[in-house]
Amino acid sequence: MEWEVVIGLETHTQLQTNTKIFSGAAVKYGAEPNTQACEVSIALPGVLPVLNKEAVNCAIKFGLAINAEIAPRSVFARKNYFYPDLPKGYQISQFELPVVGKGAVTIQVPAVGKHPAYEKVVNITRAHLEEDAGKSVHGAVEGMSGIDLNRAGTPLLEIVTEPDMRSAAEAVAYAKKLHELVQWIGICDGNMQEGSFRCDVNVSVRKKGSDKLGTRREIKNLNSFKFMTQAIEYETRWQIETLEDGGTIHQATVLFNPDTGETRAMRSKEEANDYRYFPDPDLLPLEITEADKARVQAQMPELPEAMKARFEAQFGLTSYDAASLTASRELANYFVATVDNGAEAKPAANWVMGAISAKLNAEEKPLADSPVSSEQLASLLKRIADNTISNNAAKQVFEAMWNGEGEVDAIIEAKGLKQVSDTGAIEAIIDEVLAANAVMVEEFKAGKEKAFNALVGQAMKASKGKANPAQVNELLKKKLTT
Amino acid sequence: MALSTEDIKKIAHLARIEVSDSEAAATLTKLTGILGLIEQMQAVDTTGIVPMSHSQDLVQRLREDVVTKTNQREEFQKIAPVLGNGSTERAVNNGLYLVPKVIE
Repeated sequence: MEWEVVIGLETHTQLQTNTKIFSGAAVKYGAEPNTQACEVSIALPGVLPVLNKEAVNCAIKFGLAINAEIAPRSVFARKNYFYPDLPKGYQISQFELPVVGKGAVTIQVPAVGKHPAYEKVVNITRAHLEEDAGKSVHGAVEGMSGIDLNRAGTPLLEIVTEPDMRSAAEAVAYAKKLHELVQWIGICDGNMQEGSFRCDVNVSVRKKGSDKLGTRREIKNLNSFKFMTQAIEYETRWQIETLEDGGTIHQATVLFNPDTGETRAMRSKEEANDYRYFPDPDLLPLEITEADKARVQAQMPELPEAMKARFEAQFGLTSYDAASLTASRELANYFVATVDNGAEAKPAANWVMGAISAKLNAEEKPLADSPVSSEQLASLLKRIADNTISNNAAKQVFEAMWNGEGEVDAIIEAKGLKQVSDTGAIEAIIDEVLAANAVMVEEFKAGKEKAFNALVGQAMKASKGKANPAQVNELLKKKLTT
Repeated sequence: MALSTEDIKKIAHLARIEVSDSEAAATLTKLTGILGLIEQMQAVDTTGIVPMSHSQDLVQRLREDVVTKTNQREEFQKIAPVLGNGSTERAVNNGLYLVPKVIE
C-alpha cells in the first residue's frame, strides 16, 4: 500500500514592535518576571485594549510580500478558554475576518539522493493578528506554578497554510522560506530559541490517489527545523503503522520529545476544544485603506524574488548563484555592498558564497560578525582584478584579513605576495626554467602537450608563485614556438 | 433549536460557572426563550446587509508603537489574589504570580 502524507503549517511569528499589541507595555525579551506586565497584560478589571499601529503595519507588509488579499475590514474576536497564563479568560485573535487573506509562497525543495531539487507553490490560507499568552514557570514553589505575564499581549501574526505539503522536506523548506521572508521584510527577528518563530504542524496520511484528507494530528510548538523534520517523519511512520495494523487515528494535539525523537499525544481533554469565538466588543473593526497599503508598500524592501531576478539580469549571475545570494537579506546586502565598493559581480558572488560563507559556517558566526567587511573584500577583489595578486595569493591575504592582520595592501606588502608582471623578470625566470628542463622542452616539441603545463608549473614555482600566470603562459608559448 | 439540561451544564462548565440542577432547569427556560427570539430574527431577510461586528459604526483607532507603561509590578502584586487555605499572604514569589500547579 502506498501512503501519502499531507501537511499544513500554522506559524506564530512574533512581530518586531516596541510595545504590546493592545497596550503600551514593552516587549523586550528576557526582562525580570512581570516587569513588563501592565494592567492590560494582567487583565485588571476595566482596562481596554488599544491596537498597536506597528503591528497592523507588519501584517500589511506580510500581506504585500505574499501577494495576498489584505482585508479592507477585519474583525478581532475573543477565543475563550481558561488557563493561568491567560488572565482575561480569552485570547484576542481574529476569526471570521482575518487581516490577511489568501496568498502564496514559492519554496525551493532541496535535492535528496537521486531526487532533484524542485520549486513548489505553497498556498497561504490566511494570516491573522493576535496576542500571545504569558508563561508558566514550574518548580519555584512546591505545589504551585509561577506565572510570568511579560509575554502576555505580545503581538503575533499567525500564518496558516493550505494542506499543500507532501513531505517533511517540503514542510521544512516552507518553514525556512517563511522564516527568511519575515526577517527580510523586517516584521520578525526570527529567533527560534526565544520563541519568536514557532510552528505547529498538522500531519495526516491517506492512500495515494485518494482526494479525501485523513484525520490529522497537530504537532505543537516546534522551534527548530531539525526537530520539525524528525517530528514529521516519526509522526508519519506512526500514523501509517497504526492504520496498517487496523487502528484508527484520532484527532489530537501531540508534543515532540527531542530526547526520544517521538511524538506523544497530550493528555486528551474531557471535551473537544470549544472556543466560542465572538467579535470582541472592546475593539472596533480594523480598516485598512488603499492609502495605508500604498504607504506601507513604499517602506517595503525589494523582495527576494525580485532581487534574484535583478542579480541575474544586472550582473549576469546564474539562477543558482542569484538564489543563494538572496537566501538572506544580510547576505544579499553584503554582496551588493561588495559590488558597490568596486568589485566585479561574478568574483564577488563567488567569494561571498565561497570563502566568506565557508568561514562563517566553520566558525558558526552570523554574517554581521564577519571580520572581513564588504569594503575589505572589495579591496581584495580589486587587487586580483588589477593583477596585483594572483587568486592563490588572494586566498592567503583573505586568511590574514580574517585573522585581523590588517588591510589588503599592507598584507600583500608584508607577505611579499605582489604578483610579478614585469615581462623582463618573467622572461628571465622562463629562460632559467627552459635551460634546466631540456627534457621537457624536447617532449613538448615532440607533441606532448602535458610537458607545457609542467613547464608553466616549474616557472611558477621558480617565481615562488608570484609570477602572473597568464603572462607566464603567453611568454612560454612564445619562446617554445619561435 | 432545542436545548437540553446537558447543554446548559456544558456551557456553564466551559464558562467555569457552577450551576446547580435547579438553576440549570431555570437557565434552560430562559436560554430557550432567547434562542426563540433569535429564531424570530433569523426569519428576517438580510440579503445585502453587511454583518455588524460592533454596535457603533466606527473604525478602530490605532496607537503609536511607543512604550507608555512603566514597571508597576510592586503595586500590582500588592493586590494579587491571596494564597487561600487560611493564608492571607499574596500569591506571589520572586516576581511571579502563583497559581495551583498546572502541568499538562
